[in-house]
Order: sequence, then structure tokens, then C-alpha cells
Amino acid sequence: MPLLNVQNLRVAFHTRNGVVRAVSGVSLNVDKGQTVGIVGESGSGKSVTCYSMMGLIPMPPGRIEGGTAMFDGIDLLKLSAAEMRRIRGKRIAMIFQDPMTSLNPYLRVSTQLIEPLQIHQGLSKKAALPHAIQAMAEVGIKNPEERIRQYPHEFSGGMRQRVMIAMSLITRPELLIADEPTTALDVTIQKQVLELIKERQRSLGTAVIFITHDLAVVSEVCDYVNVMYAGRLVEAAPVADLFRRPRHAYTRALMRSIPALQPKGGTLYTIPGMPPDLSKLGPGCAFRVRNVEHGDRCLTDRDPELVEIEPGHWVQNCPGCMERSAA
Amino acid sequence: MTATAEEIDDSIRGRSLWQDAWARLRRNRLAVLCMVLLTGIIFTCFIGPWFCPWNPEIQNLKLRATPPGTMETLTEASWVNHGGTAEEWRELTNGGANPQKRRHWFGTDTLGRDLLARTLRGGQVSLMVGLVATLVALIIGVAYGAAAGYAGGRTDDIMMRAVDTLRALPFMIFVILLTTMFEKNLLLIFLAIGAVEWLTMARIVRAQVLGLARQEFVDAARSLGLQPGRIIFRHIVPNVLGPVIVYATLTVPAVMLLEAGLSFLGLGVQAPDSSWGTLIDDGATNMESFWWLLVFPSAFFSLTLFCLNFAGDGLRDALDVKSAKD
Amino acid sequence: MLRFTLSRFIQSIVVIFAVFTLTFFMVRVVKGDPFAGEKAMTPDVRRVMETRYGLDRPLYEQYFRTLGSYLQGDLMPSMKYQGMWNARIIADSFPISLTIGLAALAVALSIGLPAGIIAAVRRNSWVDYSAMSLALVGICLPTFVMGPVLALIFGLHFRWFNVAGWFESTDWVLPSVTMGLIYAAYIARMTRGGMLEVLNQDFIRTARAKGLSEGRIIIRHALRGGLIPVVAFLGPALAGITTGSFIIEKIYNLPGLGQHFVRSVFDRDYSLIMATVMLFATLLVTVNFFTDVLIGWLNPRVRFA
Repeated sequence: MPLLNVQNLRVAFHTRNGVVRAVSGVSLNVDKGQTVGIVGESGSGKSVTCYSMMGLIPMPPGRIEGGTAMFDGIDLLKLSAAEMRRIRGKRIAMIFQDPMTSLNPYLRVSTQLIEPLQIHQGLSKKAALPHAIQAMAEVGIKNPEERIRQYPHEFSGGMRQRVMIAMSLITRPELLIADEPTTALDVTIQKQVLELIKERQRSLGTAVIFITHDLAVVSEVCDYVNVMYAGRLVEAAPVADLFRRPRHAYTRALMRSIPALQPKGGTLYTIPGMPPDLSKLGPGCAFRVRNVEHGDRCLTDRDPELVEIEPGHWVQNCPGCMERSAA
Repeated sequence: MTATAEEIDDSIRGRSLWQDAWARLRRNRLAVLCMVLLTGIIFTCFIGPWFCPWNPEIQNLKLRATPPGTMETLTEASWVNHGGTAEEWRELTNGGANPQKRRHWFGTDTLGRDLLARTLRGGQVSLMVGLVATLVALIIGVAYGAAAGYAGGRTDDIMMRAVDTLRALPFMIFVILLTTMFEKNLLLIFLAIGAVEWLTMARIVRAQVLGLARQEFVDAARSLGLQPGRIIFRHIVPNVLGPVIVYATLTVPAVMLLEAGLSFLGLGVQAPDSSWGTLIDDGATNMESFWWLLVFPSAFFSLTLFCLNFAGDGLRDALDVKSAKD
Repeated sequence: MLRFTLSRFIQSIVVIFAVFTLTFFMVRVVKGDPFAGEKAMTPDVRRVMETRYGLDRPLYEQYFRTLGSYLQGDLMPSMKYQGMWNARIIADSFPISLTIGLAALAVALSIGLPAGIIAAVRRNSWVDYSAMSLALVGICLPTFVMGPVLALIFGLHFRWFNVAGWFESTDWVLPSVTMGLIYAAYIARMTRGGMLEVLNQDFIRTARAKGLSEGRIIIRHALRGGLIPVVAFLGPALAGITTGSFIIEKIYNLPGLGQHFVRSVFDRDYSLIMATVMLFATLLVTVNFFTDVLIGWLNPRVRFA
């Protein structure tokens, strides 16, 4: 049995400008100790997918319109707020994109670090402090006894993200959701933070969902990849399969736009156009407008369905996007 | 492919920030209603007196403190006294055949002056005080704040330290001293209040400019060799306009409140001139016996403040100004 | 923190000194003098009075003499009320103003803070809308409208309180409530604004992701940052409350310091003006100083800046 199994999740935001269908029928699996990536451009619904199963989207305007998210036999979407709080931060933890703003600037690091232990394990401040210091040491922060008494603004960006990681893992959660954890960091620091997450994951056996727009990061840390576009999964495959044989035009476009994989001196590739407005999306393949390969053959009358073309490799069954590019 | 090209085009075609703000503002019905009401009040105060037969300063000791709706029988002398001409009088009365009666819609005050005429005149004064003082505050504040923010560094430090020090002064006291200094000179009262209110404006503008001056598009303008003055007015001022408009809208009622408070204390507008503040003072003194003296001026005053505040709030939401405070 | 406190302290001293100097010279520029109103005063008597209060000396000498006696804590005698010492006048009237001011602040905080917090937490609900509409009404109703109306209802109609004077132990209620309600409106709006800004921050999402309850998120994580604008407002609010007391004292006919200040300005009573202004200024500067230190304590980023 997988640790987390999301089936047909649908989330919409009811705004003044209409209904934005941010997630339309997404399904995914995370096994114990596995690292699963969710990749897509901004606005593709990758963050909303995770936030909605954590009960972290603002409602209203957000609304979960259907689906299940079974976590160890519990449907996260059906939990009451109080039941959800007992899982959030204890069995499922999260880290966020911007370490500058994700830590409370008004509180000492120690206060923030011991908070999960206080509320989830009922430890007193005094009893929790050694755990917090140890957690700081485990993420590679020197002088943890002194630094834990400091405020977040006294840490550099990379160090703050280490604090975030220490804080999220302090309760030994079974699942860690990392929402673009390296995007706001310098390139050299990115590498260190990725290594740190991988190392902590190995020693704790935590499963990780990695939300990112960067395929290079995915190739480095993930076992399995879900590619999202316009609120839907367009392709899902084990990481090696996906990089060897991307079957969807959007996945191929994403790969072509990784600068490191492009020939030196050539013009950098970018995907033409912009992601569609999710409040005005009609039936048909959502990528057809931007599909430069065979957009003319994309479905226009009905939504393409996911099919398993090889064991474990799923792709949206749209003729225009499945077609191998001639080039 | 034609349809798809249109779709892309449609998603890219931008609306300017101002168009966006205007659309948001129109959706805020309360703010729009307040703006309409405000226009109505301004028109009534400045154009209404043309249609009101009474002069706000002429007393009629026979009709002291009469309730709203009282009739007064006019003679030719009193007609002329209230600002009419003898010709009009002849026309109205068909050569003296018809006696003329006019109503005091809001009643009269303790000296027999028409309250409606006085309320309208008081409104003119209060609104003028609000607008002129805000304008003074606006000019000083924007110039000072923009200069400090643009200069940055040490200059900015010193200029803002000065503002901080001034803000710590007990200003109401200085306004009171200033108004006694310039006794009976309305214009100087405006200037005194404006000279006090510019500090917050300077802080807001400076914060905005400081943020903007460090942004790339200003560097870009500088690297193109544009003059600092041109950079400030073409690139920075338009970006600062939003918060400035919002804060100015909210300064007008604050100033009006200050003026009314001073007038209430007998330190602002001096008799026989009236402002809403002096009328409310008069009304409060007599409210046990003559309620209308308090109710009408207060209603006008409060409604105006209400509309200005709501309009300001609406503008802030529409222009997406974060907070008018820091 | 110590350096921060010290620099604010020096700034406060500078402000008080500036107020002293500004007031001294402004008052002398104003038309008229303390003895202008008394018609019976012959030139001889006038000269005697001027000599007694040192008004015949050069301006700079008067300035340094006044400064000297203030530095020794001597507030000098009133020029208008013969034989009265300013310190005595202040000691009689200031407690009244202070009582009303503090009670008003208590009213304002105990209504404004909870209203603002609830409105921010339940934003865009009917609670929010009604609280904020009420607050706006409070801001638009000046004290000199609200005061008479409250006096009319609770004083003259129900006869619960006196409408004027300072005789009974309940006489502080109406003035304080009048002023408190209006400041409650400002504080509610400010609290809501500050809380909303903090509640939209990323670190609140982090706190939710940690599984904290809404109550703990508000109290432990949001309140500290959200109250900073309110604390910053307390200085100006106190200024407003002390100066607002001029108006309140007139409405309810209270023998407070504000009345004395206004009358001293009318009378050109140089020394009483100076004494009251210096008292207000010192009070205000002290409050501003403590507000700044409090903000430094609430916001660690300011402290180290």
C-alpha cells in the first residue's frame, strides 16, 4: 500500500472573475521513503495540489470539489480541522520556497523550532530544547547552542532554509512536502540544500514530494516524476524513463528549455506563449495553443485521458502531443 | 491556427494599472456612492446659496431660534437686506401687491439667522480649509519626501531624522499658537494646518521613492543618461501617485476635523464668519432647547467626513496601496 | 538595544529643548501681552507688573532666565492669575485631564483591540463588515458631536450622570467614553490592518503547516507583528487624547489642564502657556520614547538596525 494515494483531486477557486479550476482530476502516489517530483510552470496547479490535501488553501475562495487523498488509511480531505492539525506538522511536514519570509521574524529560532515538539509531543520548553539543538546540528549549523537563540534575520538565506528543514523534520514525519525549496537560493547553496534534504531523507526514511519547475532538480533527487500543466497531469513516469523517452509534447518542451542541455552558443529555447487562463479553459487539450510540434492535431472536443503506455509510465492521450516530433 | 493566435494575443493584451484600478473602484458600490454624495455636497455648498433667499449673516431678532420650516414674511427692506435687488422685489410682488413669504427650511439660530444659509456657508469654509491645507501638505510633503528618498544615504538620514523630530512635537499646541498668531486670517490658518500635516505625506513619499529608486528601471533610466529631474518626474512620480492620492483623500477629513475642533474651541474661524465647527459649537451650547442647531450642521459635517473616508478607503483598495502608514 | 534606547533618549531631550525654544519665541511674536486685557491698568502699574515678571528685560535675557528656572524645576508664577504659581494650577487641574485621558485610553484599547483582531481573523464576514462600518462612523463623528449627544441621552434623559462639572465620583465616565469610543474606532481599524498584513505573510502559512491551532497562530505568531502599528499609534493617540481633552473639557465643562491652556492662550499668559506646553511636551515625548523602545522589543529587526 502506498503511503499517500491521491485520486482524482479537483480544486477550484471561486473568484470575482469566475471559477478558476486550479486542479482538475489529479491522481498520484507516494511510497514510503520515495521521492516524488511534481513539475510544471507557475500556475500549473502543482502547489495547490499539495496545499489542498494539507488543508492549507484559503476557503473561501478555494473549494475542494472532489477526490480522495488517502494517507496511511486516512482520507485527508475528509478530516476535521482539529484532526488535520494532528497530522500536519507531525506526520506530514512542509518546507517552503522563500526561507526569508517563511520563518517568523519576531520570534527566536528556538521558539519556532521547539513549537512542533510542544504541541505534538507535549514536551515542555526545557525538555524540547536539547532536541531542537540536536536538530540544528543535524542540518549542519555550527554552534547550534548559540545560534538557536538568534532571530531569523541573523541567518543567511541558505542557513534559514536549513533551519526550516530542521524544524519540519523535528517530529520525524513520514512525508515531507518541499515546495520549491531551492528556488530562492543562490545556485551554490541550492546544491547544498538538495544534498541536505537527500541526506536527511535517507537517515530518517522520510518520503518527499518535491514541487519544482526545474527539471534539473528533479533529475537529481526524484525517483518518480509527475508533470503538470493547466491543473492536470500530462505525464507521469519513473525519472529515468521520463528523461529517456518523454512522451508528451509539454515534457519535451520543458526539457528543451533546460539551459544546461542546450548546445553552447545557440539561442536559448523557451516555450512560446503563456499558460492558459484557468477560468476560461474549455474542453480539449490545454497545450494545443503552445504545441509547436503538432498542435493542429490536438484534441479540441474532449479532454485527453491519462493512459499507461508502459508499466508505470502514464501520459495524456492526445494525438497532437503524443506524436513524436519530426525534428 | 488563426483562432490560437487570437487566444495568445488575448491573454497577453494588458490593461494599464489605472484602467485596472478604475474597474476595481467601480465595483466598490459604496465608494462610488460616497463619491457621488460628496460631489452633491460640494455642489450644494457652493451653488446652493444662489437659490437660497437668505443671507447667512443677516439677523432677524423677531425670529430667534425658530424651528425648521418657519415662514418669514418679507418686506422690501428685508429682501434687499438679504442680498436681493429692488427690481427683483418689484417683479416678485407685482409692484407691491403680493406679500412675500419664504420658509426657513432648517429654522433659524439664536440671532434669527437662517440656518440653511449658514450651514452652506460653513460648508464652503470647512471644505476650503480641507482642500487648501491638504494641497499645502501635499506640495511640501511630496517635494521633501521625494528629495530625501531620491538622494538617499546621509542626506536622507538627516532629512528623515528632522521629520521624526518634528513629528514628536505636540502639534495641536502649535496649531493653536499659530492660529492665535494669525488671528482672523483664514488663509493663514489653512497654511498653518497644512504646514503641520505634511510630515506623514513626506514619510510615505520618501518610502515609496526609496524603494523605487533602487529598482532596475530607474538604473536603466540613469544608464540612458537621463537627468535626475526627468527621472523623478517621468519614472518615479507616476509610481508614487497612488499612495499620494489615497493619503491626500484621507488627509482632507483629518484637516476638516482639526479645523472644526479649533473652531469649536473658538480658536479657528471667527464670527461673523462660520464654519461647520463653529455652527456645531453653537448647536452644542443650545442643544437642550433647539436641537436643530446641532443636528443639521453635524449631519452635513459627519456625512462629508464619512464620504471622504469611504472614498479614500475605496481608492486605497482600488489602487492597491498597501498601507498609508509606513 | 542599549544603543538604540540611548539614541532615542537623546532625541527626546532635543525635542523638549526645541519645544521650549519654539514656544518661548512664538508666544512673544503673538499680538498682545498678558496685561493688554485689563483696561484699568495705568501705565505706572503696567510698568511695575512688567518689571515684576521681567518683561522689561531684553528678550534673550528673559529666555535664559526662564530656561534657568525650568532647569531647576521652577515653573514660575502665572502672569494673569495674580499670586498663583503655575505648578499649583497644574497640580490642581492635571489629575483631572490625566484621569480622563487614561480612562479613555483604556476604553479605546479594550474595545478597539478585540474588535480589530476579530475583524481581521474573520475578514470579509458580516462581523468584519459591521465592526468596520461602526469604526468608520466613530471616526467621522467628532467628539464635539458625540459628546453633546451622549450628554443628552445619558445625562439629561436618563439622568445617570452629570453633564457638566467635576463634582461626583462618576463624572469621569461620560468624557472618557466619548473620547474612548472615537479612539477605539481608530485602534480597531489599525489593528485590523496590521493583523491582516501579518496574517498574509508566509510565516503564518508555516505556522499552519506545523499544525498549530488558529488561536495559537494568532496569539503567538500574528499578534506581535500585527500590533506594531497600534503601538506606534499610541504616541500620536496620546497626543490626540491630551489635545482632544481641550475639546472634551469644554463640552463637559471640566476644570482640567486643557481649559487652562486654551484660556492662557487667549490671555497671553506667557508663563502659564509655557508651563502647560512643557508639561504636554514632556508627557508626549516620554510616551513616544517608551513606544519606540516597545517597538524595538516587539520587532527584533528594528532593534539591531
